[in-house]
Amino acid sequence: MNREDARVSNPLVLNFRAFIGRAYPRVIGAHRELSWIFFNTLLPLLSVAAYVFVYAALGAPAAFAGFVILGGTMVAFWMNVLWSMAAQLYWEKEIGNLQLYMMAPMSRMALLGGMAVGGMVMTSTRAAATLILGVLIFQIVLVVVNPLLLAGIFLVTLVALYGMGMLFASVYLLYGREAWNISNLLQEPVFLGAGFYFPVQSFQRILGGPGRWIAIGVSLIPMTLGLDAMRQLLFPELLEWAFLPADIELYILIVLAVVFVFLARRALAYIERLAKQEGRLTQRHL
Amino acid sequence: MKDAIRTKELTRVFGGKKRRLRPRDAPEKRVIALDRVDTQVAEGELFGLLGPNGAGKTTLIKILATLLLPTSGSATVAGYDVAKDPYPIRQRINMVSGGETSGYGLLTTRENIWMFSQFYGIPSKVAKAEIDRLLKEFELWERRDAKVRTLSTGERQKMNMVRGFVTDPDIIFLDEPTLGLDVSAARAIRQFIRGWIQENHAKTVLLTTHYMMEADELCDRIAIIDNGRILACDTPERLKGMVKREVTVKLETDRLKDPKAFDVIEGVQNYVVKEEAQTNRTSLTFILEDDAPIGDIMSEVLNQGSKVQSMEKIDPTLEEVFISLVGKGLD
Repeated sequence: MNREDARVSNPLVLNFRAFIGRAYPRVIGAHRELSWIFFNTLLPLLSVAAYVFVYAALGAPAAFAGFVILGGTMVAFWMNVLWSMAAQLYWEKEIGNLQLYMMAPMSRMALLGGMAVGGMVMTSTRAAATLILGVLIFQIVLVVVNPLLLAGIFLVTLVALYGMGMLFASVYLLYGREAWNISNLLQEPVFLGAGFYFPVQSFQRILGGPGRWIAIGVSLIPMTLGLDAMRQLLFPELLEWAFLPADIELYILIVLAVVFVFLARRALAYIERLAKQEGRLTQRHL
Repeated sequence: MKDAIRTKELTRVFGGKKRRLRPRDAPEKRVIALDRVDTQVAEGELFGLLGPNGAGKTTLIKILATLLLPTSGSATVAGYDVAKDPYPIRQRINMVSGGETSGYGLLTTRENIWMFSQFYGIPSKVAKAEIDRLLKEFELWERRDAKVRTLSTGERQKMNMVRGFVTDPDIIFLDEPTLGLDVSAARAIRQFIRGWIQENHAKTVLLTTHYMMEADELCDRIAIIDNGRILACDTPERLKGMVKREVTVKLETDRLKDPKAFDVIEGVQNYVVKEEAQTNRTSLTFILEDDAPIGDIMSEVLNQGSKVQSMEKIDPTLEEVFISLVGKGLD
């Protein structure tokens, strides 16, 4: 091979290829293990069904079942961010990939970006299956009020969510051995706080003033506002349960996306500098 | 000839100040991993680093690979400073370590190598052609579509070698690349390294190894490193010449009661003891100033009620050079 064939002078080309390269294992992984398709599609439906039955038993409007289906769909992305995005650099260090990544000439953001987009594509299988099966099984009626805004909110929610995952990836690496614990610690409270299975406005309705502050606090998790906005656009008959207007939520999500991606970049640069100074992060078992 | 690698007073100290990274429960201990290392590797050279565990070999490689910063001193790779200008270095280097478990088990051999090639921006078509060529050269072609998790240790290390060489680096760091491999896999890797450097005159290899024979066979020059310091650096022949005036004697006896008793014999420069539990014998390798102490050594063996089973006076090898300089073997 000619040396010039291999060396890339344009950083954009280099980083695009690196991005595709890192996304590849995740995209391929989704379809390579057939057992995953079963576990990732049918099992999540069970918890979704439980909440649907609770709402039905209480005589809640049928659209509440739709709230649950949508929440169950988005849970897939949250789980992916928590376990495969936030914890990923820690695992990469353990298997010895991280030092090879750090030694390569690519941008670290191409690496994280590839991980994120690969994760989104991989998780879309589970999410789509949950949505389609849930809608069909529980006969949910979706009324798409503004498809463009809906698509925009969905995409910005994912960017903000995976931006948060990219930031967490560095934070997890910093706290090394506690990676499992941090994920466990975050999993259940976020299920509650982000309102995966109920409208987040319930906090205010049930708890009053303090509830409103809880809702504002959990809005830092992009899933909270994303879900609330998407529910408004898919189930307009329950608009009274909206926390904030959908367009305002979109603006906040855009800000969150920018802030998380910016912080992720800073955090990774900080981690790399620290790794080179202290020699810990690229060494396995340290 | 240009320098591929140059270090000046290169020092790396671990610990000794408040560490901001986990684990917090690890003891704060100041360790001098590299102590004012001066070395120079010319372009086109196959340069070996020999040293026991903890000598500083891997630390040196990690600094040169831009993964670690020096505490003081400087290092340049391909003419660029590792601390100030890592990006152009990264475009020109690669690294393969022994026992490496990098990659993803779910991917095939080819996919895994291709993924790493993309981090260097190699066009996919070029990378795939080069991967296929190298897989054939390493006799891994039949396993090209096998998932990485199904590869044997030897196959996996061959895959790692392909990963390292597919980017066509100007300088490659090989950190004990044959560690733990069977004879045939290790031979295949050594043959490849030798062939690669012969075909590519401007390429440079920095090899660390535990195997004296490997260093002797492959390297143009060898640096012997211990406790972070380079004790000697020269061609294998010249290094062996350093102990030519000395006499190396290998002795096998019935198990000795006090194998350390030879310390006091005049003329014994250094010696290594190995207890053979299975045969209940003791093997001793002596570095002597001349033949004179041999009689005293024999007397000491007999005084301990033991018998000499065999004695051999041998020509110097790198092992003796190593023992003479470091005071212990590599095992």
